Amino acid sequence: MTPQTLDRRDFLRISAVAGGGLLLGTWLNFGSNGVLEAAELSGDFAPNAFIRISPTGAVTILSKSPEIGQGVKTSLPMLIAEELDVEFSAVTIENAMNNQALYGRQSAGGSTSTPNNWEPLRRAGAAGRQMMIAAAAQQWSVPVAECTTSPGVVHHRGSNRQATYGSLTAIAATLTAPNLATVVLKKPSEFRIIGKSIGGVDNDKVVTGKPLFGIDVTMPGMLYATFEKCAVFGGKAVSANLDEIKAQPGVKHAFIVAGGADLTGLVSGVAIVADTWWAAKTARQKLRVTWDEGATAAESSVSYAAKAAEYFAQTPQRSVRADGDVAAAMTAAAKTVEATYEYPFLAHATLEPQNCTARVTDAGVEIWAPTQNPESGRQLVAKTLGIPDTTIAIHITRSGGGFGRRLFNDFMAEAAWIAKTAGAPVKLLWTREDDMQHDFYRSAGFHKLSGAVDANGKLTAWKNHFVTFGTGTTVAAGADMGATEFPAASVANYSLGSSLIPFGVPTGYLRAPGSNAISFVVQSFIDELAHAGKTDPLKFRLDMLAQMPTETPRGSMVASRMRDVLQLVATRSGWGTRRMAKGTGMGIAFHFSHRGYFAEVVEAAVSKAGQLTVKKVWVVGDVGSHIINPSGALNQVEGSVLDGISEAMAQEITIERGRAKQSNFNNFPLIRMSQAPAVDVHFHLSDNPPTGMGEPALPPVIPALCGAIFAATGKRIRSLPLSKHNLSWA
Amino acid sequence: MPVTFSVNGTPRTVDVPADMPLLWVLRDVLDLKGTKFGCGAAQCGACTVHLNGAATRSCVLPVAAVQGAKVTTIEGLSPDGTHPLQQAWKELDVPQCGYCQAGQLMSASALLATTPKPTDAQIDAAMNGNLCRCATYLRIREGIHRAAGNARTTSNVGTGR
Repeated sequence: MTPQTLDRRDFLRISAVAGGGLLLGTWLNFGSNGVLEAAELSGDFAPNAFIRISPTGAVTILSKSPEIGQGVKTSLPMLIAEELDVEFSAVTIENAMNNQALYGRQSAGGSTSTPNNWEPLRRAGAAGRQMMIAAAAQQWSVPVAECTTSPGVVHHRGSNRQATYGSLTAIAATLTAPNLATVVLKKPSEFRIIGKSIGGVDNDKVVTGKPLFGIDVTMPGMLYATFEKCAVFGGKAVSANLDEIKAQPGVKHAFIVAGGADLTGLVSGVAIVADTWWAAKTARQKLRVTWDEGATAAESSVSYAAKAAEYFAQTPQRSVRADGDVAAAMTAAAKTVEATYEYPFLAHATLEPQNCTARVTDAGVEIWAPTQNPESGRQLVAKTLGIPDTTIAIHITRSGGGFGRRLFNDFMAEAAWIAKTAGAPVKLLWTREDDMQHDFYRSAGFHKLSGAVDANGKLTAWKNHFVTFGTGTTVAAGADMGATEFPAASVANYSLGSSLIPFGVPTGYLRAPGSNAISFVVQSFIDELAHAGKTDPLKFRLDMLAQMPTETPRGSMVASRMRDVLQLVATRSGWGTRRMAKGTGMGIAFHFSHRGYFAEVVEAAVSKAGQLTVKKVWVVGDVGSHIINPSGALNQVEGSVLDGISEAMAQEITIERGRAKQSNFNNFPLIRMSQAPAVDVHFHLSDNPPTGMGEPALPPVIPALCGAIFAATGKRIRSLPLSKHNLSWA
Repeated sequence: MPVTFSVNGTPRTVDVPADMPLLWVLRDVLDLKGTKFGCGAAQCGACTVHLNGAATRSCVLPVAAVQGAKVTTIEGLSPDGTHPLQQAWKELDVPQCGYCQAGQLMSASALLATTPKPTDAQIDAAMNGNLCRCATYLRIREGIHRAAGNARTTSNVGTGR
């Protein structure tokens, strides 16, 4: 399973195999052995790394990317099966091991699986089908052009002959393979699988409790570990009562890990390894560690807020973008508005706590991990143990949620180090408290905004001093706001400047990173300006979009696509046409992120006592020409919308004395069933390549909810969570 | 301390510390991995099993407390995965990451055992202790109605594989 040297080709490769069978390997853009070796041993036909067809006709498709609940283990194999032309229900789906040489990029992040794989994986499937047709044509001595396929079968209508894929594997293996760049893809009108709702391929196992997740991995001789790190980020273990811990029932090893300064890797702490996890955790209750807490112990959310206030009184440290003349436009305005917005750190709180199983031998390292970023983990393990990456194999397990947390592989470095030290296979499992207090948090942030509208109620200027976090001039992970971020280019006089608060808290990427906070700020302030200009919030937004150039830089927002979804969601929700009961209101917002265009309307009611009911959410999204798996896509939208409401309502990680205050779901609450509103979802198909679904539906629901609260109560929400404003669930 | 109890209809005896939670006995001693660890504090419901038929959080239940009791886990919800809830979950494609779903199914099946035709409010009350980080709540509620044979007009849901 060790990845070999890259062998990049765009051609299929054919070779004879042992046992009388033949093997076809396409290396696509990739190249290696791995799965192909496995196919070779079994005598199966493997037109490429993603497909195996046995002489019995059994078809296996490898799913390349980590499945974290976003549905790629179903949707990516659908692309292959569509063009290979097989019955999806008869295909066996296996998760590939980490092997980027063989499969290309294998990460779950940035909603990239769909755009990156939409065409390459269909080409992989089409190559397999083309070879099946070529084999049949040769067997029957008929032109290739006269052959067609139905699922798993090649037909020659003229002579009324047919042959199953399985029966053709031996001949197919002798043929010259097609160039992937020129294989013929189906017309969309011919799709039988793409566009059809298909349940998750692991659903059977999920509902019967079969082992699937990282936490379920087990092996002979395996020990269990818990790892206590300093509550203060970056703190170091100086000493601990290790002898007492080693004397606890079931404990096999207890040791201090020196660790390094990089918070995304192996950090300092105390490992306890025992014959059960419960024994390790029980012993941990007796653990007494002397910590060197380090400089971060002086930091707190309160100190960050004070720093932000200090920065707001100054000129931004750097200019991100400056268009037109904001000062002049402010002076000339009919009305100006100023406001300060802020939002807290957030944890990911994947329901499956971080865990990893590692086996370290002289031959190398084998890792089983719920990770979103396996190759990065492999590199981290190599660095941590000081061994070549070629001796490390990573099994990608299903993840019990990801949301960006598992883009970092700190748990992998810990498990590898502990297993190596213990001299046995080890399953490391974090407690919920470990998980919540050692996350890579969604960054907090502060925005000082001012804006201007003219006598016609149109936006004429926008200024934002964004105070975020970072070191020197480097913005912390997930804490930036780019120069093209809306409302840039929608108003002639625009300025975005930023200042960085130095800090010691690890930050990272939470579902729709950046956007999940920026959308709240930008869309909420748009509402304030619309209100100041006595303009309907929908009309105000459409006016802003109308100001945008039709030609925009590649990868940035196309105004016409957003206008379309915004108008559609207004229509579907009855925006501006429905009479609202007292204490009930609607809010509207949109956001472009991860190549997706989403506009959303929230209807909410607030009682006199501040009890909030989110009645309904309407969503219209444009993610291109096709929805690969509508069931999965709807799941992502419903989940994203409820996730956003969950974040907005009561979630907050507070930093006190350099540590995270919250520790479990009692003080970091998730949305519950009784709080979940109905979600109406419509996909507006457009003539663009399909893009990802895991993230872009989340950001706009938060400002739409805040807009609804304003409409219901007159109370403007300028900081999150809502629970700080005397709002609670009804 | 030896403790004897029934797991999915089979008598089992384990010799473990009396305070070891049932969750860890199931997962690491009896190798039944379906019951999940989420919080260790009865906050999330991922560890829900049936204790003498009642939905119970196994992460805070010392194994000593189940002496002589009947425990049912997700592995024993039906012999072949055909409990109406399991079927509904597949038909409606309820799971996203799937991690909480064993706990959801055990809570839901305990509800249906006592309340065969639950209302939305009864479902919410019975299920509010089960968190779903992916927020599949809308389909979970729909799945319970479907398993109960309640007439519903469904939307936004897929067909199972």
